[in-house]
Amino acid sequence: MGKAIVVTSGKGGVGKTTTTANIGTGLALLGKKVCVVDADIGLRNLDVVMGLENRIVYNIVDVVEGYCRVKQALIKDKRVDNLFLLPAAQTRQKDAVNPEQMRDLISELKNDFDYVIVDCPAGIEHGFQNAIAGVDMALIVSTPEVSAVRDADRIVGILDSQGIYDMFLVINKIRPDMVRKGDMMDIDDMNDILALNLIGVVPDDEGIIVSTNKGEPAVLDKRSPAGQAFRNISKRIEGVEVPFMNISDGTMIERFMRMLGVGGKR
Amino acid sequence: MLEFLSRLFGNNDSSKNMAKERLRLVLVQDRAMLSPGLLDSLQEDLIEVISKYMELDVTGLEVNLESQDQSVALVASIPVKNVKR
Repeated sequence: MGKAIVVTSGKGGVGKTTTTANIGTGLALLGKKVCVVDADIGLRNLDVVMGLENRIVYNIVDVVEGYCRVKQALIKDKRVDNLFLLPAAQTRQKDAVNPEQMRDLISELKNDFDYVIVDCPAGIEHGFQNAIAGVDMALIVSTPEVSAVRDADRIVGILDSQGIYDMFLVINKIRPDMVRKGDMMDIDDMNDILALNLIGVVPDDEGIIVSTNKGEPAVLDKRSPAGQAFRNISKRIEGVEVPFMNISDGTMIERFMRMLGVGGKR
Repeated sequence: MLEFLSRLFGNNDSSKNMAKERLRLVLVQDRAMLSPGLLDSLQEDLIEVISKYMELDVTGLEVNLESQDQSVALVASIPVKNVKR
């Protein structure tokens, strides 16, 4: 019996799909059997981020409506063993699926996989209710911005009221240079405000755009700082204690980035 | 240099502190609204306690969270009919 994890945020554009793709791939690299599920019906994107868009035959709505079996709709990743994608439907509405159907689907997937990772659409409406149905744990992604943090706080309240208490915070797109100048909230500030268990801090990394362009999750790139952060999160999900990258003073990560010729600003 | 100096003197008007302060206020209100039951049960408890000392006009009672400048205040307007002796 596996574990189902939803990746959610409330606000759009904070990196839910990137986080889902990277943590899914990261856990598969650790030898786990992983299924990533795109619950963003109508706005399918997890497939392109993972570079699997040309292999889609069936999708999640086909499965729920009984046109095919789950196994037929699953797409095997082209690089990593034990990693599968269940794509969203692109030409349907969010209400093509209901939370009850999602709960059944997730529990079926949990029988076959160690981890089922659900990419949640932005918002708190129907698509969100579908994405959180039947999950055991939530990763809440927020950037260090007022709007993202506010939305994350609402998500915490809603998840709490629906009985999902196992919630962890992923701080995404943090910029050490701005933190040092006092122009961006740091890890402690975010902890103060949201009072969530922190599971990862991902630096803002141009490499993410490059990896998305190519359809190769950053965890596969040993030199990517964001990829390193996602590998660390994957290990923490597996219960391994990994120290957090030192971002508040920026020195370590920036030295690291400069060493690789990635960042080198200032 | 300017940046160094402002950091040296602990710049409290840095934009991150503004972000934190604004979030703190807005979240108090968001959280109160997210659980509508909270203000209702607070209102019931208030009536119960105050009724020990005063006779209240429960129909005109209002309990709300209001933000004023730098803080959030609980504002209760509770009409009193009579004071018990």
